[in-house]
Amino acid sequence: MNAEFDPSVGTAVGRSTPKLENREKVTGRAEYIDDLYRPNMLHAAILGSPFAHARILSYDVSEALAAPGVVGVITGDDVPAGRMGAFIKDEHALAKGKVLYLGEPVAAVAAETLEQARAAVNLIRVEYLELPAVLSPEAGLAPDAPILHEALADYIKVFDAGSTGNLCSRTELTEGDVDAAWAGCAVIVEGEFTTQAQAHVAMEPCGALAEMDAQGRVTLWSANQSVFRVQANVCESLQLPMSRLRSLTPRVGGGFGNKMEAHIQPLTVALAMKTGRPVKCVLTREEDFEIVRARHPFRIRMKTGADAEGRLIARECEVLLDCGAFADDSPGVMGYALLMSGGPYRIPNQRATGKLVYTNKLRFGAYRGFGNPQVSFASEQQIDEIARKLSLDPIEMRRRNLLQPGDGWFVGPKVASNGLSACLDAVEKASAWGRKPDAKPGTRRAKGIALSAHISGLLGTGAIVRMLEDGTISLNTGATDIGQGSDTALAQICAETLKVPVEMVSVASPDTDGSPYNWGTTASRVTYTTGRAVAGAAGEVLRQAMGHAAEMLDVPVEDLELREGGRIAIRGSNTDLPFAAISGRAHWAKGGPIVGSHTLVFDEPTHDPKRAIALGLPFPRIGVFSFAATVVDVEIDEVTGQARVTEAWSAVDVGRAINPRLVDVQIEGGFIQGMGFALYEEMVWDGPKLANPSLLDYKVPTSADSPHVHSIIVEDPEPSGPFGAKGAGEIGLNPVPAAIANAVGAALGGVSHDLPLTAERLLPRIIEAEHAA
Amino acid sequence: MSRIHVTTTINGDPVEYLCDPEETLLDVLRDRLGLTGSKEGCGTGDCGACSVTMNGRLVCSCLVLGAEAEGAQIATIEGMAKGETLHPLQRKFIEHAALQCGICTPGILVAAKSLLERNPDPTEEEARYWLAGNLCRCTGYDKIIRAVMDAAAEMREAS
Ligand code: FES
Ligand code: FES
Repeated sequence: MNAEFDPSVGTAVGRSTPKLENREKVTGRAEYIDDLYRPNMLHAAILGSPFAHARILSYDVSEALAAPGVVGVITGDDVPAGRMGAFIKDEHALAKGKVLYLGEPVAAVAAETLEQARAAVNLIRVEYLELPAVLSPEAGLAPDAPILHEALADYIKVFDAGSTGNLCSRTELTEGDVDAAWAGCAVIVEGEFTTQAQAHVAMEPCGALAEMDAQGRVTLWSANQSVFRVQANVCESLQLPMSRLRSLTPRVGGGFGNKMEAHIQPLTVALAMKTGRPVKCVLTREEDFEIVRARHPFRIRMKTGADAEGRLIARECEVLLDCGAFADDSPGVMGYALLMSGGPYRIPNQRATGKLVYTNKLRFGAYRGFGNPQVSFASEQQIDEIARKLSLDPIEMRRRNLLQPGDGWFVGPKVASNGLSACLDAVEKASAWGRKPDAKPGTRRAKGIALSAHISGLLGTGAIVRMLEDGTISLNTGATDIGQGSDTALAQICAETLKVPVEMVSVASPDTDGSPYNWGTTASRVTYTTGRAVAGAAGEVLRQAMGHAAEMLDVPVEDLELREGGRIAIRGSNTDLPFAAISGRAHWAKGGPIVGSHTLVFDEPTHDPKRAIALGLPFPRIGVFSFAATVVDVEIDEVTGQARVTEAWSAVDVGRAINPRLVDVQIEGGFIQGMGFALYEEMVWDGPKLANPSLLDYKVPTSADSPHVHSIIVEDPEPSGPFGAKGAGEIGLNPVPAAIANAVGAALGGVSHDLPLTAERLLPRIIEAEHAA
Repeated sequence: MSRIHVTTTINGDPVEYLCDPEETLLDVLRDRLGLTGSKEGCGTGDCGACSVTMNGRLVCSCLVLGAEAEGAQIATIEGMAKGETLHPLQRKFIEHAALQCGICTPGILVAAKSLLERNPDPTEEEARYWLAGNLCRCTGYDKIIRAVMDAAAEMREAS
């Protein structure tokens, strides 16, 4: 909360410029997917599978087709055999031949009204042969387990997955000699941890609208985090050339990983192609819970050893992940979780291994934190456990082990900027760490701390910057702003590079026809990677403008400088040219319109083979590192066992805050989402059926449950980042469950093995602590 | 089934429509009247994205039938700004960065306005409890509460 808000001077980098689209959002005029209409548009409804695992024997859609208002029906027979998937291509546009989880889309109806579509869906008859279901990863690995994907060996995989049976993928990372290292440890702690499935609950349910033109080309609007991943998934599953599909995005009502890969876009496109009319399909809240994706349940075995001074020597981590029915982003989540399993510490000997197992549940996938909150929950508690055994303060214990500037990360990624130590200092001071909080009668209360690191980076990105005839600027990146404010931050980077007010920059909405490729709004990457592309493209525009100015003023380029307001001047003189004059010349007289573009792909290797062994690594090139430290003050009711966070402090090293207030909101929003995960959010299955697919039964934090979160921005500039920036989107969530568990540990003693930390779990520990006292 | 003819007032304007007996006020607003500022986050009264006021009372429009609006005074987000002039709450939400994706924002603004109409000087605790029926998954609520408190202070000074 460092930069003051002042709209009159808010032009470029480092200013808390309000988000560009705020006015339409506060007046109700912002258009999200459900607000879009097309002439002659049909509405769609989906038939979900009643079984978790079954063969589809036959369909009878005659009654549904005859129902009032129905224009078209699709089943698995109507979609091609193509399969999509980010890491393993294992998923059709809708179920074909088999169903793999309860609720999986089996058929869909397009009708004149939504009510007619919903009524007709129930008239579709499907004959199934039910198969035994696999409902846990342990069951999936049993020797006689029913197999979900019989053709797994033939699927296209983008990395060495080691798939076999129901094992979707496995990953093994080793550095140093863990087995030999235990002998040198003075303290060893070991434990098993489990974490639950968390629902994303973006307040906007997923939806799509598709329309085919007379040439057979399809335009698709959808709630997404990447128009390009939507295009790739639809085209892979429906076997269309990518040039036949145009993917667009309206405003997006929140995305936390759930809108990154496909949801119902492929089946919506199939319906539009079948009926020849525009079709809109928007999920109900219940469907959004049941058929999109969720955060992976983890089972973690972790062992950590340190010497008598508390210096960490060895860490071993073994994870078992529930993949759900389709691979989706799961191999990436597991690989990333293993990579982060040592935390931001120097540990010379580390081994991290994992198995990802198909089960008959909805797919688990990307979710803010991408596996990091789960392993941090185990890791950060073991740091506290060792500190307790050695009578060290948890902060002192961490200081002795911090990853230092210049150190590399586990398995080999380089770490350039590292503000971890400053983050730790900041929360220690802000939270008055040394002062124990006073517990009200009938409560226990303590503070807890956790640290985290997270990457920003990955894959390809581009930007096109154009100088318009009047000298104003058009920016086009293909990056979807899901509400976090990337359009604003990227416009600020562009404005700063060209020294123009931010209002002079327009930001194009992502469009696969006109925008340069952008892998997606994910992996905390847009400000960092797309920001680099924007700075590069704006720099190219500047270079061209300088060339024009040199000719117009008849001086060498070296004698020119860029001045505030978008003017190019002769150094040390009052002679200058506004962008308008330069761009006018380029458009009408000489050289041609000024267009700058820049593309890049993150290409620093994850793995250094001289340092470590890596098998089944899904991300060969990963990203740059951000750091965070979080302190929470937790109060536990001794009668009910209910825990509550009363106050929180979170310091995040973001390299450079392009827009400080937007960084604050990332930290605060991430904190509260992490708090819900830590304390009560949990998807519960009754056999194969999700038992709580509603906002009444699945509780997310409200304003009444949420504490004041002190966000603290730390800036240790990243040399490769735009103006030093690196990512901020996910890291604020990562340390939260661990910090809360550590506060609970400090208040009640012991380790929290299972999330969420509900009253039912904490009350027995209070009673036990009372008996012990 | 025959449609029901409804005469009502929305944001001060007289409005007439025909709706099905089981149709919600939210669907009428969005699908029949093109007032898409009210959002559907759940359709079951659990998220507050569809908040409007009916005769001054804050309601979830997904739980009200379109037919029930007969003779009522309805206020939605579309009526909050006066022309180009934003309501102080709208201004303060922008100033405090109290919105991210914005899909919860119309409902929260309507609910906050209703709070300040009944209690111009709420404590932070009162504001947090009043808005507890309006879910926001992006912001973490802190900035929303700050914006509401700040708008309340400004409105008290102005009155
Ligand atoms: S849509 Fe009405 S409360 Fe959620
Ligand atoms: S701003 Fe996205 S839900 Fe509130």
